Amino acid sequence: MTEEQKQKDEKTANRIEPLLEVQSISKRFPGVVALDNVSLKFMPGEIHAVVGENGAGKSTLMKILAGAYIPDTGSILLKGEKVTFSHPQQAQHKGITIIYQEFNLLPDRTVAYNIFLGREPSKFGIIDIRKMNKDAEDLLREIGVEKMISPTAMVSSLSVAEQQLVEIAKAISFNAKVLIMDEPTAALTYTEVKLLLDLVVKLKENGMAVIFISHRLVEVFDFAEKITVLKDGQLVGTVNVTEVKPEDVVHMMVGRSLDHYFPPLGKPEDFGEVVLKVTNASNKFLKDISFELRKGEVLGIAGLQGSGRTEMAQAVFGVEPFTTGSVELRGKAMIIKNPATAIKNRIGFVTEDRKSEGILPKQPIRDNMLLTVRAIQFVFGPIFKNGIRKTKNLVPNLGKQVDVRTDSYDREVQYLSGGNQQKVVLAKWLASDADIFIFDEPTRGIDVEAKASIHDMIRDLTKKGIAVLMISSELPEIIGMSDRVLVMWDGHIEGELPAKSSEPEIMLMATGGKHIKEPQSVSAAGKE
Amino acid sequence: MTTTTLKQPSKILKILKAIWNGIRRIPAVYFIFFGIFIVLGLLSPTYQSTPGIMAFLRRTSPLAILAIGEMIVLSTGGYDLSIGSIVTMVVLGSSLLLNNDPTMMPTAIWTMLALGLLIGLVNGFVVSYLKIPSFIATLGMMLLVKGGALYWVGGAPRGYLTENWRAFGRGYFENVPLVDRFPYALAILLILALVTYFIYHRSNFGKQILAIGDNVRASQLSGVRVRLVRMIAFVISSLFAVIGGIMIGGFGGVNVTIGEGLEMQTIAACVVGGVLLGGGKGSVMNVVFGAFTMEAIFNLLNLLGLPKPYKDAVQGLIIIAAVAYVALSTRKKK
Amino acid sequence: MTTTSISENRFKRFMRHVNIPPVYYFLVVIFLGGGILDQIFSDGQIFTNQAILLNIIVRSVALGIVAVGQTLVIVGASIDLSVAYTISITAVMSSYIMQGKTENVPLAILVVFGIGILIGLINGLIITKLRINSFIATLGTSLIIKGIINATFSNYTGSVPKSFQFFGYSTLGPIPVAIIVLILVVFAGWFLLNRTKFGAHLYGVGGNVEVGRLSGLRTDRVVIGAHILCSMSAVLTGLFLVSRLQSGAPWVGPDGLYDLESIATSVVGGTALAGGKGGVWGTLAGVLIFGVLDTVFNQLGMNPYLKTVLRGAIIVLAVASYTYRSKKEAA
Repeated sequence: MTEEQKQKDEKTANRIEPLLEVQSISKRFPGVVALDNVSLKFMPGEIHAVVGENGAGKSTLMKILAGAYIPDTGSILLKGEKVTFSHPQQAQHKGITIIYQEFNLLPDRTVAYNIFLGREPSKFGIIDIRKMNKDAEDLLREIGVEKMISPTAMVSSLSVAEQQLVEIAKAISFNAKVLIMDEPTAALTYTEVKLLLDLVVKLKENGMAVIFISHRLVEVFDFAEKITVLKDGQLVGTVNVTEVKPEDVVHMMVGRSLDHYFPPLGKPEDFGEVVLKVTNASNKFLKDISFELRKGEVLGIAGLQGSGRTEMAQAVFGVEPFTTGSVELRGKAMIIKNPATAIKNRIGFVTEDRKSEGILPKQPIRDNMLLTVRAIQFVFGPIFKNGIRKTKNLVPNLGKQVDVRTDSYDREVQYLSGGNQQKVVLAKWLASDADIFIFDEPTRGIDVEAKASIHDMIRDLTKKGIAVLMISSELPEIIGMSDRVLVMWDGHIEGELPAKSSEPEIMLMATGGKHIKEPQSVSAAGKE
Repeated sequence: MTTTTLKQPSKILKILKAIWNGIRRIPAVYFIFFGIFIVLGLLSPTYQSTPGIMAFLRRTSPLAILAIGEMIVLSTGGYDLSIGSIVTMVVLGSSLLLNNDPTMMPTAIWTMLALGLLIGLVNGFVVSYLKIPSFIATLGMMLLVKGGALYWVGGAPRGYLTENWRAFGRGYFENVPLVDRFPYALAILLILALVTYFIYHRSNFGKQILAIGDNVRASQLSGVRVRLVRMIAFVISSLFAVIGGIMIGGFGGVNVTIGEGLEMQTIAACVVGGVLLGGGKGSVMNVVFGAFTMEAIFNLLNLLGLPKPYKDAVQGLIIIAAVAYVALSTRKKK
Repeated sequence: MTTTSISENRFKRFMRHVNIPPVYYFLVVIFLGGGILDQIFSDGQIFTNQAILLNIIVRSVALGIVAVGQTLVIVGASIDLSVAYTISITAVMSSYIMQGKTENVPLAILVVFGIGILIGLINGLIITKLRINSFIATLGTSLIIKGIINATFSNYTGSVPKSFQFFGYSTLGPIPVAIIVLILVVFAGWFLLNRTKFGAHLYGVGGNVEVGRLSGLRTDRVVIGAHILCSMSAVLTGLFLVSRLQSGAPWVGPDGLYDLESIATSVVGGTALAGGKGGVWGTLAGVLIFGVLDTVFNQLGMNPYLKTVLRGAIIVLAVASYTYRSKKEAA
């Protein structure tokens, strides 16, 4: 790009006034500088992605824009006018709305009540329900989902995607001019992502500025126009999507390129005998599952949300056991009827949702790490493992193995960072001496750096002869890590693919081979 | 020269700071208890003498035992509201069974323990398998046990408790070195507290109880047999209520209202002792002192010569104040 | 063909709109079961005698009124254990002030409602401002009220005038005034929860405080408001009881177990203890279940202690009827 062109670009950019602008914003928390002198402009009618590793300052920036945090220095300009917010509501009334990753909806209330919570149309405190439902319906019509979602439907009866649409309708009801979305597509299926992103494009065309945070670069490249990269609280730069490649953005984020992502795959001589063999097994979610898992390999499980991936892991682990068919563990037929049996038979399960299924937030690291061992030992006895001496050193050894960064193992897990929490969860399963590991989305919501270290750890496990079953909705992760890939579709295994299969090959199977998509959306679906 | 002079005060400061940090780590309940107890001692010489202190500990032991049992259930995130009724049942039922015959004591005790076991199992079953919140499940059990006990004895207390039975609550070991007379009740408390300490703080079971109270789903997926653990928790609570009931029978007469309100008092003692309602935190030592604190409060009010009604009122005020203090002091630490 | 399917749809839609809590089926079962037992073992009056039917409801009035208030508090994810003694203090204070004279009635009513509002306000303030668990906070206030009443009154105190017994005993046409009051209170509770901003905000706060706060609700005020309304409902129950007893005694509240039974009826009626879910119609059914049981037991001449036993069992069974299928672990 020549100097002249650049100036020209800037001129055109200047002609349209930025809708929202932050000028040299800084924010400090005890011990860290979360944002350091960041300046940014958001134009009307623009989809602007903000990317960066965990801890890069994305969330802090978004929270400042949404009025949840007050910046230490710097200012926010809305349509060129300086604004300050002391409460999220003030930002909302000025037209800046944020949709958090964790939904802010009440499950046991209707859509209309949720949209208008705190602003119910009323006279003398009495709600005009008819008007409220009608207004809600109008909003839903405005975003084109009035046939899908009724204003009187209970939120708990809606799918995750539909709930997200309700959030958007709520945002629009504030006459939002700026919509901030935090990882909006993290939990959506392929069609839902498409629906959501189509809607975002429509909002953009109406002159709204849409800012979204994402860890999924493919999605960012498909839909955003501009990408802003943050690193360690500083602005690395803002680029136009058309001018860069994903590798460049990753380079900006971490200072290294994509190739270093994954450790080398296993070699055929590393793979040992079959340790887990499932034959014609079914339960109410799964049909006719058959596969073999060998020592020392990573068996990737690909599939869309709802294809039965997690259900299969849960069946193997005894959470929702198979009702028919057979399971052979290390050559012996076995019925795994609950997690305790699975653990006794040395299976480990690193779950998808760390917060609700992985950690005990108020218990110290020590007790988190030892929980699996405790659960299978004598109930009233003290923990005892491989002799007194080894038992005493168990926790420090585990801590070293997974590299937990903490000053004391008596610290409560809730005060650790997400990456460290994941390491504690991993240690818990190492403690149980598992030699079959199931990972369900091992790197969801974890930054690039920590991702790489978890991938290394998984590969190290296989080198010790451990068999790994790895579920992931990120195709690059599946392809980069798996020695073989099973693709699931509609509750059964659609097929098996060898290592290094291509994304379209996997996607074709994952969509049942029935819907053949144009390459672009296929990759978006892979990113779910 | 200058460096040393500069260093020394900073060293002292450091030590002071370390001491201060150590003091801050002491749970609030100890300050509250010893504060009240010192006032007691100043007001009445009884509380300065060994026999006086022993008598105090004797009186408070049953409540402490109930509180330890309740703590186990509270730690799983539940409530056990049936313990007051269990105490009533033990006192009424055993007076009927004993029928003034001291040799019936073992039978009576085993019967009561068996009933306690049954109640605990049913509580645990209803909560674990029928998925009823324990607040409601044990509330139902409270009515059931109370009604059942009254039905059993025919509506009014019958018979009375034999002397050998009453000894559990009021008897002493004589001629014990240092303290001279050492109450049986305190010995029972010490043994149970010690056993519970190991079960709760050192055993797999204790850690699994806290795990369930903290995050049921994660515990389940780590192999914890949630239903089994929860059943055991309710059983322990019921059995401790039976033991507490046997001791309480030694004090008051046989009386249909003897266990009334004990469940609330016990939960209050637990909360003063730093137990988190909703589960995941607790400590045997602190809860024992929570119960001591409650008893000290009653004694203080007695000493001040307040009639019973005022005692209720002041007790209410102090519960709120103590819990507010505990809550505020733990929030500051974070 | 088409017409039937349309009417069916309409029926279904109507049913969904009305949203009958499942506990009503349980009520019907209890009523029919009790009635049949009555036919077999007793005089079979439950199905035939209108007076007995009315009596079931009159018996339910005292518990019903306070249970509506308790439901509001529980929807807001709080709990009120102080209602029993609030009922007591109302009963003794009002009969003490009335002293059998009609001209004192307005003053008495004014005073007891004043006391009720004060109790609710204090409960709410302790819970929201000191952030004390509502269970412990209201346990504390209930002890305080207990102490104050027992220190001041020890037995039946004062009396209510004939005119005031109107509330407890007289009828409007064939229907007892008490029933009309209960219906009005339930309707008011329903209206408050489903038709007013306060109700919507209460569900919001109870469902998820954080969501409420982000939506700009004054969460503390909503909780305090619910506690004030709950205490006022306890006051109304107290007035009803004193008008029937003709004189107030300090034990009327705790003896009726109004604290725990009002909570139990709310939960039996489908209001979640965790808050954010439920309503007063379910609570009414819960209260009526208790009323029917009492009547059936009386008809059968059952031992009063056995009644308590069955009450306990029925509470558990009623709640179990819709929790046992849930996948979530209870605590």
